[in-house]
Amino acid sequence: MTLLLLIEQVLNGLQFGVMLFLMAAGLTLIFGVMGLINLAHGSLYMVGAFAAAAVAGATGSFLLALVAALAAAALAGALVEIVVIRRLYGKAHLDQVLATFALILIFSEGTRWVFGSFPLFLDIPDYLSGPVTLPGGIEYPLYRLALIIVGLLVAAGLWWLTARTRIGMQIRAGENDREMIAALGVNISALYTLVFALGAALAGLAGALVGAIQSVQVGMGEPVLILAFVVIVIGGIGSIKGAFIGAILVGLTDTLGGIFLPELFKLFMESGAATQTGSALASMAVYILMGLVLIWRPTGLFGARA
Amino acid sequence: MSEPVLATHGLCKRFGALTATDDVSIDLKPGEIHAIIGPNGAGKSTLIAQICGGLASDTGRVDLLGRDVSHLDTQARARAGLGRTFQISALAMEDTVLDNVTLGALGATARPWRFWQPVTKNAALKETAMAALERVGLASDADKRTADLSHGQRRQLEVAVALTLSPRAFVMDEPMAGLGAEGSKQMTGFLDTLRAEAPILLVEHDMDAVFALADRISVLVYGRVIATGSVDDIRQSDEVREAYLGESA
Amino acid sequence: MIAERWINCAVIAGILAVLVYALVADEPFTITLLTRVVILALAAVGLNIALGIGGLVSLGHAAFFGLGGYAMGVLASHAQTFTPLDLGFFTLPGTKSMPIIWLVAVVVSALAAWVIGLLSLRTTGVYFIMITLAFGQMFFYFSISWSAYGGEDGLSIFVRNSFPALNTLVPVQFFGLCFVLLCFALLLFHRLKASPFGLALNAARQVPERVETVGLNPMRLKLVAFVISGAITGLAGALFADLNRFVSPTMFSWQLSGELIILIIIGGVGRLMGPVVGACLFVALEHWLGGLTDFWHVWLGVILLMIVLFARGGLIGLLTGKEGAHV
Repeated sequence: MTLLLLIEQVLNGLQFGVMLFLMAAGLTLIFGVMGLINLAHGSLYMVGAFAAAAVAGATGSFLLALVAALAAAALAGALVEIVVIRRLYGKAHLDQVLATFALILIFSEGTRWVFGSFPLFLDIPDYLSGPVTLPGGIEYPLYRLALIIVGLLVAAGLWWLTARTRIGMQIRAGENDREMIAALGVNISALYTLVFALGAALAGLAGALVGAIQSVQVGMGEPVLILAFVVIVIGGIGSIKGAFIGAILVGLTDTLGGIFLPELFKLFMESGAATQTGSALASMAVYILMGLVLIWRPTGLFGARA
Repeated sequence: MSEPVLATHGLCKRFGALTATDDVSIDLKPGEIHAIIGPNGAGKSTLIAQICGGLASDTGRVDLLGRDVSHLDTQARARAGLGRTFQISALAMEDTVLDNVTLGALGATARPWRFWQPVTKNAALKETAMAALERVGLASDADKRTADLSHGQRRQLEVAVALTLSPRAFVMDEPMAGLGAEGSKQMTGFLDTLRAEAPILLVEHDMDAVFALADRISVLVYGRVIATGSVDDIRQSDEVREAYLGESA
Repeated sequence: MIAERWINCAVIAGILAVLVYALVADEPFTITLLTRVVILALAAVGLNIALGIGGLVSLGHAAFFGLGGYAMGVLASHAQTFTPLDLGFFTLPGTKSMPIIWLVAVVVSALAAWVIGLLSLRTTGVYFIMITLAFGQMFFYFSISWSAYGGEDGLSIFVRNSFPALNTLVPVQFFGLCFVLLCFALLLFHRLKASPFGLALNAARQVPERVETVGLNPMRLKLVAFVISGAITGLAGALFADLNRFVSPTMFSWQLSGELIILIIIGGVGRLMGPVVGACLFVALEHWLGGLTDFWHVWLGVILLMIVLFARGGLIGLLTGKEGAHV
């Protein structure tokens, strides 16, 4: 177990974390502003990935593919908000869960209909492929490094948007007092559509970016969605800062746990059993983390106090 | 002098920079109605939550029947003898009127872990529940859906649920709220007879009712009790007039 | 409008009528399909206690379904390989006996429900939904990575487990067992809902602050409901595994949790026969639409969306003209 390996794994955890953040940010924003739990957020992730794979396949341009992912997910998000989601604001959570679960079924099977059951592949562009040497002589894949940077840039951009701009002010006002911002003359239904589309675009971007290192297939969104839920529970619903910190925590726990827990168990168990126990425990690590946070702070690290 | 049934000693609660209650010491003696009045935002709701257990106090103590209950949660304080009514009716709207009082009767037995016998077959529960409905005049509406009750009837039901607990002290949060003149008069008459059973700490905005019912009145302004006294004392207090009645009159 | 009692009788009569038809026409596959309906309904009756009476939107009930399934899989696999089950400080023999397997399934899933409930009931609303979903997913990944019991591939059991004095290999006998268990669960649901506990739980769903002020603990009421609910769903999981003679991580999948909720919604939340009606409809749709098109989930999604947006109260609600299950 060398220091180099440790740093590499920390970077991997960071990369996973910032991608989770892109998902969690949208979810937490949508919940904070509209009070809506959206299970179909993973479908928007998938839409982004498929749009990117299709456009990259047709044009060969990775940048165009990313633009397509953003546009397709935002468009799908806006459409879904206008047709279905809008009717769910203020309804019971059970209704929201069911309606958005229904959307998952429609999106997933619809995508299977159009693209078939076989996974698509999205290639890393030449200018981002291959390793890069970091200070200290660490070789690390350039593309993964780019993901970390993009994730951090988006996080900074989101912070700027909510803290420094007029639209961000309206969003924050919307979290606190719906009537108030309606009274101020803000078109609330347009604002909601915008927030939903923004969250969708972030999910789509994450889908496209991750799609280049994994395969693009139906059902790819839901495991990420559920981890994003874990992130939000840890960070506190409605808090972008909480989503960021929660995402990094979950990313690191998941990645490092998978590598180091089996090693840890080898210290006092025979190798085969250690690998099995370690990897089984590692698969539960983020959920155990969530359980601990819940015992300590039921509303998450940065959630509103009940 | 008889021992107070319920007493608070120096209750304080701060929310950040806002002091909601500040060194509140009041007591409730057997057989009396002690009214708490004060302008909106004076800290009355906070005080009720501190007394009944919804909010932990920063400092201070709540005694019920001479026993410190500050560290008990809401359920335990209810079992110890506090009967509370809510300002905004907290009733199971989907269920019948009888169901709501039966819940109170069930709470009084503290034995909800019975999974097999239908609640309607339980004569003791039903008797307690119907007796409470009888007393507030809702017996004939027992099988109605609670959501179909009028606002005034819901206020009555709210009191009926508290009755099923046979509490040692009532804490009532604006039982007259939203009642018309007639309803208000009825409720006043009813509370008047109730005090013999257990004393009432009455938070109320309806001044006619307060002046008609209260043995003592405490005035809460900005979280502090600025005066406690009989109806006449309070009517004549310059301080109260200035701080409170002057504004609203 | 039709009284709910008649609909309930009609549903049971309908199931038995299909059974008789399948016996006369000698269609064992139909009996298997019917057994599937009954087992899914049993799982959903369990969920209906937490969801319908207690208002606990659990998106993680697949955890209990899967635990029940694996209780069967683990015990039976040890029995069929004649190896004892090593629990660290003592060993147990495997078993092929259904009553013992059921008992283990119920105990294990009740314990899991107790732990998950303790943690997730610290919160309410959306948090509760997300946390139960996450814990369900935890079991899913655990079962995949636990290679001793098949990991991703799951476990096959070669011969269906046995029940004293019955031949469970005969489809109708196994159906009978499942049906009797379903009837017991329905009776329990019916009694529970009308019992003092049911009254308090029902109030805890609507006005927890009221329940507190009458001196009862709403969280403890919900926890007990969650444990009973998890135990019944776990029992259904053990039966489901026996029906397929196979367990795999898909029994833990979040889709299954979602489908259990769907069953209840299609039939009617909090209604006695809601889960049964839902399961009939679900399996019928699966069978019929699934035969017409590979993409039947799209249509399931559309139907579900229509129900949520336009037909609260589910099918029984539509037929009885009463939206709410209460009063």
